[in-house]
Amino acid sequence: MVRVDGTGGPNSLIRVRGLDKTYQRGGGEIRVLQGLNLDVDKGDFVAFMGPSGSGKTTLLNLLGGLDVPTRGTITVAGDEITHMSGNKLTEWRARHVGFVFQMYNLIPVLTAFQNVELPLLLTKLSKAQRRKHVETALGVVGLTDRMNHYPRQLSGGQEQRVAIARAIVADPTFLLCDEPTGDLDRQSADEIMALIEELVKEYGKTVLMVTHDPVVARRAGTTLHLDKGLLVESAEPQQVAAGGRHEI
Amino acid sequence: MKFSRLILANLLRKKIRLLLTIGSFAVALFLFAFLAVVRDAFSRGADIASADRLFVMNRTSIINPVPLSYADKIHRIPGVKMVTHDNWFGGIYQDERNFFPQFVIDPENQRQVFPELIVSDAEWQNFVKDRQGVIVGARTAERFGWKIGDRVPLKTTIWGSGNWEFNIDGIYHGKRPQDDETQFWMQWDYFQEHVPDALKGQVGWYVVRVDTPDDAVRVSKNIDAEFANSPYETKTETESAFAASWVKQFGNIRFLIVSIGMVVFFTLLLVTGNTMAISVRERTSELAVFKAIGFSDRKILFFVLAESLVIALAGGFVGLLLAVLAMPILANALNGMLPQLVLAPSVFALGFVTALAVGLASGLLPGLGAMRLQIVNALRRV
Repeated sequence: MVRVDGTGGPNSLIRVRGLDKTYQRGGGEIRVLQGLNLDVDKGDFVAFMGPSGSGKTTLLNLLGGLDVPTRGTITVAGDEITHMSGNKLTEWRARHVGFVFQMYNLIPVLTAFQNVELPLLLTKLSKAQRRKHVETALGVVGLTDRMNHYPRQLSGGQEQRVAIARAIVADPTFLLCDEPTGDLDRQSADEIMALIEELVKEYGKTVLMVTHDPVVARRAGTTLHLDKGLLVESAEPQQVAAGGRHEI
Repeated sequence: MKFSRLILANLLRKKIRLLLTIGSFAVALFLFAFLAVVRDAFSRGADIASADRLFVMNRTSIINPVPLSYADKIHRIPGVKMVTHDNWFGGIYQDERNFFPQFVIDPENQRQVFPELIVSDAEWQNFVKDRQGVIVGARTAERFGWKIGDRVPLKTTIWGSGNWEFNIDGIYHGKRPQDDETQFWMQWDYFQEHVPDALKGQVGWYVVRVDTPDDAVRVSKNIDAEFANSPYETKTETESAFAASWVKQFGNIRFLIVSIGMVVFFTLLLVTGNTMAISVRERTSELAVFKAIGFSDRKILFFVLAESLVIALAGGFVGLLLAVLAMPILANALNGMLPQLVLAPSVFALGFVTALAVGLASGLLPGLGAMRLQIVNALRRV
């Protein structure tokens, strides 16, 4: 269950307390997040909405350990990440976070297979084990037959599927999706959202997603709006039906 | 190595740029090898000089002679083991461009004073018996296609006029690869018969072998003291000092070559550094993704450095390989003006080490920049 009032229990997968983020701009301070609280349980699918500059991506970056808050704490699966050193945080990201970006951010000189394999290069898996994991991840996103294609040989939707396969291949604790459909047409966006829903419903993944698109946001279990640096729960949250879950 | 495919893929992303950068390294390493070989050839005399050999020449200049009568006096000085003498002949074989060093030698002691230059006993005996006989270095014989029994004319430019005829009685070889195999040795007696009377009985310089190298300084001083205040005062120095002063006549070759080499490598550093910086800048968002998914700062630095090192090694290898292939052509173009051009293993090693150092240095700044990249800022640039 998702809470924004700071009343979540200690068993929450993600627990955010009093999160502040201030930027220095042109000699002045811009306080983007102001004492934000958030509790997310395992298997939740949360969409963050809000106008441009409201701090959605900032929040996602903080949750993913890409940026550090000005104040407050973020605890994920018992690990408090806000005070981790740079190296520890890097290791933590490799183990716990799968990133999906709006522009896919695939490496153009690597094939789909090699792109998906990247996070596994940081593990001690053998080449054969890595191959098996990559094939499984590409199977989940339905692109086994495109594994030897380069990003330029794939459509936008297919590229985003490869990016999702890369995000899930190391079986991270949660996925962070920053406008995953922002660069796609409606049909491709629907396919990507169906895939993300499948990851939540079938495989029990926890997904936190930033989007501008209300249609996309409605597919999440919970939609939260960022307003004046705080999270506000949407009036009509759509619950993702609980279904049978599989481990990837 | 599991990252090798990744490094290779990044290297090959701009193939023309990669080839041009490798080409820059190759040209620089080729030039480095060439300069090193020329420097080595110039300083070869000093490097291979025997520690127990002294050169005695006229104090005024090496072109001024010293009397033959000094030989016995030098031989009597304590510590002197053997004495021989040489004259510079300076003849022309067919064309002035066919330069090779020609010496009038003293057959009696030549082999004992220069034991590293080997001639078979049979050939030496034929030479000693033949007043017009000559012993030729293997490289010069090969250069002109000479063989034993050939008759060779040399036009004199110093000792009168006309052609002098010689019979090739033997070919000498150096014990070591770096030994000079370009010389042409002729008989003192034949020389004496033909030079003008005013020049008879005068030698160009003496070469002295001492009992022990430790005694070289004392013996040098004693030789020069023996002839002090005479019409032909002498200057005695070790063979290496003699060779070094000979090279100095051409100017400060070492400084010149080192300066050119440094400019070449500094330029290479700027070129490759710029290339690596552009390459890294183009991949800012990709590097941010690598960091986001868990690649550490050190790994990012490693990737950039590995790329620049691979370029440096490939370019270095190509450059040095080209140098090996070009060496005979260069030697031919120099027309024997320098001793044999030898691309020594030390030049290879130094070339590779220098290439690696330039590769590391050129990748270091872009690598550190990539390492310090702020993921959030870099992703925002997409």
